[in-house]
Amino acid sequence: MKSKTDVSLTDFRKETRAWLEENCPMSMRKPIKVANDFYWGGRNPKFNSKDQKIWFERMLEKKWIVPYWDIKYGGGGLSQDQNNILTQEMSRLGCRKPIYSFGISMLGPALLKFASEEQKMKYLPDIVEGKIWWCQGYSEPNAGSDLAGLQTKAVDKGDYFEVTGSKVWTSYADKADYIFCLVRTDFEASKHNGISFLLIDMTYDGVSTRPIKLISGKSPFCETFFDSVKVPKENLVGKLNEGWTIAKYLLTHERQMIGGIGETDIKKKLHQIALENLPLINGKLADGILRNEISNFEMDEEIFDLTIQRVTDEAKTGNNSGALSSFFKYYATELNMSREELILALSGSDGLVFEKNYKSDGNLARKFCRSKGNSIEGGTSEIQLNIISKRILGLPS
Amino acid sequence: MALIISEEQKMLKESAAELLKIKSPVNSLRDLRDQNYIPYDKSLWNEMVEMGWTALIIPEKFNGLNFGYVGLGQILEETGKNLCKSPLISSCLLSSSVINLCDNEVLKAREFPLIMNGKKTMTLAIEENSYHKPYDFRTRAKLEGGNYRINGFKTFVIDGSTSDEIILVTEITEGEMGFFIISKEQKGIEIKNNILLDSGTYSDIKFNDVIVPKENRMNIKINGKKLLKDILAIAYSGIASEMLGIILESFDITVSYLKERQQFGVPIGSYQALQHRASKMFSEIQLCKSIVIKSLQSIDYGDKERYKYSHLAKAKLGKTIKLVTNEAIQMHGGIGVTDDADIGFYMKRARVLQQLFGDYNFHLDKLATLNKY
Repeated sequence: MKSKTDVSLTDFRKETRAWLEENCPMSMRKPIKVANDFYWGGRNPKFNSKDQKIWFERMLEKKWIVPYWDIKYGGGGLSQDQNNILTQEMSRLGCRKPIYSFGISMLGPALLKFASEEQKMKYLPDIVEGKIWWCQGYSEPNAGSDLAGLQTKAVDKGDYFEVTGSKVWTSYADKADYIFCLVRTDFEASKHNGISFLLIDMTYDGVSTRPIKLISGKSPFCETFFDSVKVPKENLVGKLNEGWTIAKYLLTHERQMIGGIGETDIKKKLHQIALENLPLINGKLADGILRNEISNFEMDEEIFDLTIQRVTDEAKTGNNSGALSSFFKYYATELNMSREELILALSGSDGLVFEKNYKSDGNLARKFCRSKGNSIEGGTSEIQLNIISKRILGLPS
Repeated sequence: MALIISEEQKMLKESAAELLKIKSPVNSLRDLRDQNYIPYDKSLWNEMVEMGWTALIIPEKFNGLNFGYVGLGQILEETGKNLCKSPLISSCLLSSSVINLCDNEVLKAREFPLIMNGKKTMTLAIEENSYHKPYDFRTRAKLEGGNYRINGFKTFVIDGSTSDEIILVTEITEGEMGFFIISKEQKGIEIKNNILLDSGTYSDIKFNDVIVPKENRMNIKINGKKLLKDILAIAYSGIASEMLGIILESFDITVSYLKERQQFGVPIGSYQALQHRASKMFSEIQLCKSIVIKSLQSIDYGDKERYKYSHLAKAKLGKTIKLVTNEAIQMHGGIGVTDDADIGFYMKRARVLQQLFGDYNFHLDKLATLNKY
């Protein structure tokens, strides 16, 4: 029998397409609309539908939860080309991700690069199987854009670190099982040189959370408090005081994730929404100015997708700059915010419904509000523009 | 299809960059202009011919290089960077494409060798309005026995003053379109030349009872309207390639200036007000690069969506070239509005290219129409 990598890419595409068509439940091919459409895994996993469970289990058995990781860590061992094909085919069918996980998109890549083999074997397979719901402990009340100014401290107590301080904007901290956290371990060193990267179990004594209510009325984020929390030394990833390197690496992945790289979800085309809402005159949208704005938006949206493809293709030839993730993060979030603005404009007064009524679930206005955070979370647009100007254009400080 | 250029295409691009850097710096455009608007440097054109650029899109059957539009696009990007004037657009991008896509084999065998060895240049006359409005022709070609009698008017004809032959596209009868190759010396042709913003010569051409033999009709069985659609896709993508060169170079020049120019004792590029604007331009340029290569590839591979990609390219490049050339002048400050600085030449060429074959609003309208809204 031929091994997986021997099968030519064309065959792989054919097999992948057939497998997805056979195995992805129809309801898992519809665009994500509400919070229950996401499956997050965790110690107390909650599937919101039968199909969600079937889809996750089938993908897990197929080893396609993280198709590009090494088989020994529970990945599928696919080559980059094969993985791209899988992503394209999932996108073609509109398949949702079987699990939404910061463990896969952010922590995993950092562990692969910086963790000990023992730590990799301990954490990565659990991430693949969705056994642990990870959250991210980066920002603090006084360390937002100035992330390296963080003050949560971890004091060396011989056998363990004692962690005291607070984090903010931790997504789903109230539901997560573990947090990957930046802590200050050296108060004498310059701010970038005294940071370490710690993994903290949310059930440890002294960890507590409080949800933050957003202008959307929802609260995906929390504040997380650490009150003399004892954290075993083995939970340190990488070297002591060298956490900033890991933090930056992980941020690149966060930006790529926000930038939509590897994204398979399909969003409804803006002009389709327009056609549902506005009349046509002589085959053209009655509002000529809005029509032009939609066309302009769809132009940028389509070319942005091509740009993800182009940069991915260039990276294969060894032509890549990590700082480009700042461009992707910046552009993707600006696009999404324009999209939400246009949807609101297209929907007229119906789009303003905030509480569920007989004709609307109120999600549109709430999504619009939520999008205002896009250009702030994961590094503001201004921080991304700073990175582009310094690291790509080489403009002076 | 990976969105990158092949090794061969890269070599072609590099050889073009090398030649043009030496032979066609921006200053040579200034010189041509100052010598009573000489249309282009003939000796440089001969070198382009020797490099094979006139043979790039011509099939091997006619001893061409069959290198495709991605290849020609790389050259046009480089001519854009250097603001190099030549008949490449009129003769190679437009006229050769028409001859190639038509089904008049006699004509191919006769014209391709002359275009390739640079003995002849040609241009394509499409526009009849000062706005891009293809398919709306008032010029008429009427079949009378063995000849066509042509009456009408064309404008914004690139290199009309220097081309030996004119390819005219117009309506023959209701809905039927024909492409005709006509010698410039033909009786009844009246040419008026206009010098435009980019120091280039563009012509208004009147056709007064011009008699064209039947053999000079280029599309025999091929539907002229469909052919025009393909020629326009090629034109949009090719012009977008030159626009990309202009965008890249004027951005590079400007970023260098931001690093050099000192005010208040520091380089002005250290100010965040300028840094963020530069980063935004960088971002738009990333999109421009992607759509230009995609649209060129889609033509080479006969992709069904090539029309859409060509509109996307001309629209996106049109928007971005306006942004970048305007910011370039503003960031240069006072020197930017002087004739001594090169940057103004980029803005001037940009404006002509924006208008040529439709501005971004024209193409955004087409994109909306393609999506039925």
